[in-house]
Amino acid sequence: MTEILATTPGLFPLPDWAKSDLADLKGHQKDDLLAGDETGELREVYDRARADVLGTQTDAGLDRVVEGQLRWDDMLAHPLCVHDHVETRGIVRYYDNNNFYREPVVRGELTHDGDVAAELDGSPGVDQALLPGPYSLSELATDEHYGDDAALLDGVAEFLAAETAALPDVETLFLLEPSLVTEPPVDGEDRRASAAIDRVADAAGADTDVVVHTYWGAIPEKPYAHLMDAAVDAIGFDLVADHEQTIYNVQEYGTKPSIALGVVDGTNTLVESPARIAERVEWVAANAPAESFETVYVTANTELFYLPVNRFEAKLEALAAAPAEVEL
Amino acid sequence: MSPRSNTREQFRPPEHPTDHFLMTTVVGSYPKPTWLNRTTDLADDEDHDFDDGDLAEALDDAARLITNEHVRAGLDVAVDGEMRRNEMVEYFAHRIDGYEFNGPVKVWGHNYFDKPSVVEELAYDEPWLVEEFAFTTGAASRPVKVPITGPYTLASWSFNEHYDSEAEVAYDLADLVNEEITRLVEAGARYIQIDEPALATTPDDHAIVGECLEQIADGVPDEVRLGLHVCYGEYSRIYPEILDVPVHEYDLELANGDYDQLEVFTEPEFTKDLALGVVDVHTAEVETVEEIKQNITKGFEVVPPERLTVSPDCGMKLLPREVAYRKMENMVQATREVEAELDAGEITVGYAGD
Repeated sequence: MTEILATTPGLFPLPDWAKSDLADLKGHQKDDLLAGDETGELREVYDRARADVLGTQTDAGLDRVVEGQLRWDDMLAHPLCVHDHVETRGIVRYYDNNNFYREPVVRGELTHDGDVAAELDGSPGVDQALLPGPYSLSELATDEHYGDDAALLDGVAEFLAAETAALPDVETLFLLEPSLVTEPPVDGEDRRASAAIDRVADAAGADTDVVVHTYWGAIPEKPYAHLMDAAVDAIGFDLVADHEQTIYNVQEYGTKPSIALGVVDGTNTLVESPARIAERVEWVAANAPAESFETVYVTANTELFYLPVNRFEAKLEALAAAPAEVEL
Repeated sequence: MSPRSNTREQFRPPEHPTDHFLMTTVVGSYPKPTWLNRTTDLADDEDHDFDDGDLAEALDDAARLITNEHVRAGLDVAVDGEMRRNEMVEYFAHRIDGYEFNGPVKVWGHNYFDKPSVVEELAYDEPWLVEEFAFTTGAASRPVKVPITGPYTLASWSFNEHYDSEAEVAYDLADLVNEEITRLVEAGARYIQIDEPALATTPDDHAIVGECLEQIADGVPDEVRLGLHVCYGEYSRIYPEILDVPVHEYDLELANGDYDQLEVFTEPEFTKDLALGVVDVHTAEVETVEEIKQNITKGFEVVPPERLTVSPDCGMKLLPREVAYRKMENMVQATREVEAELDAGEITVGYAGD
């Protein structure tokens, strides 16, 4: 019996009131972005905003509730940008979007930090954690400490493993790995990327299901074959950007016992109906007849901060209503 | 459109002191006076009796003030600093049928914009810039350039709920830009610049931008100067293909990278006019006249003096206003000195020596 769960890859838009309150409190320039040591009024604003998005998710009826990552000014680069041994420099483009983050320059060893764990400790009701995957995080960073790409990837994997080990008990951990698609690892690197993911997944609690979620298109064949070597519970796919290559990968190489399906577009305001979402899930099942899934995570393909709040909320509602309409 | 069709001479001031004429202009946007931002807040405040009529008057005042500031700095071609435009996509989307607004989205940090959604077929509604042009022309003693956000950027920086592809959104918008240019030309505009910063994100789409420009230039009289502004990208990915686009001039950001991409434009030969960015708009440090002269001279590695326009890298709206003014002032002075040196035969580098 397949369990179908509605969830999201997090990184939500800030509620509109918090957008202006935080801009007033913090400012608009790159030096004003979060350092990870916020206190007082700033902390209170974030606490209220977090309570807002927790409520939005429970009201919508999602099966997995995330913290929302509202503090992640630098999106997936956040865990590095707030680290003591990382210096943030100019503003650089975030994937192929009209979005920017501070370039994190790794200047020393990536020791345990605990920022993300602390975020979750203050968020009752959250049952899904989120971290950047080690490959993507190393791709987003500039190295001035480890010496080469392989050593940086190792360093980032060790760091994320320690962050993962510190997380409170959650049902699910999503590791977001868009760079596997946008900057696919080349020969040799693909093996190391998979090993790095393995290292982080291994640090998760025994009862936590680990999902490696890929997006901005389909992961190329070879890195996908290597990714299948990582001991994770599920791989996530972006069916909005590229369903054909995705289904080919699943047909040719199989997939993990569970699967995450990015079937709601996190980058467009057009709201999918629950029936449409269900149809896309059924399409995957019909086209991968050799697979039987323990759990299907029905999710948005990308982070959700690209959306205005009203459409973000509408998409959460549609996602939450979709599993009931899926017939497998 | 002949690359050499001379659309430039019409902008030479009658009293221009030298034979050589390197036209000076700006890309478009300029820091808004702080009081203008305050009046916008007041107009939004329902408890205040400051109404839309008052706001319109404030916008006129600001446009007049900044146009004069441009003329005072000595620019050959002025702009109103885009005082009436809140943002380069929103402003246009508000005036086009088929767009809807749902609220702000993040660009970076706590900087947001009201990214519009295309929800039905796009259609021309009300004029976008004709009033702005007429007002600026009335306020300026110099010719006026009209910057317009290009269709590719308008499409890329919108959500698309209706069309099958972003390219189709861009092509429909290109027709609307063409309609607007027709109106602007009727109103007397002779210098129009299409801004396509989104091309930097997706340089492989240069063919879409090219197709859009074909639509935009359709029916535009020969004497109207068309420019294309592109910035903060990897130019080797769009050059030489962009030379085929029907514009007279390319306005390029190059000072920011210290001209490390200049060589891209030397091979094959650059056959259009070059509007060269000679001051960096992302540093508040004002370049000296001497530094700017050296930057201008770099342009001669790509084009001869009669095809060089001198401009800042990009819109100056993020600079403090005083810094923006001093950059323009130094830019103009540097240009006039280079022109005199060209007349005297003292500059012989690159195409200036031909």
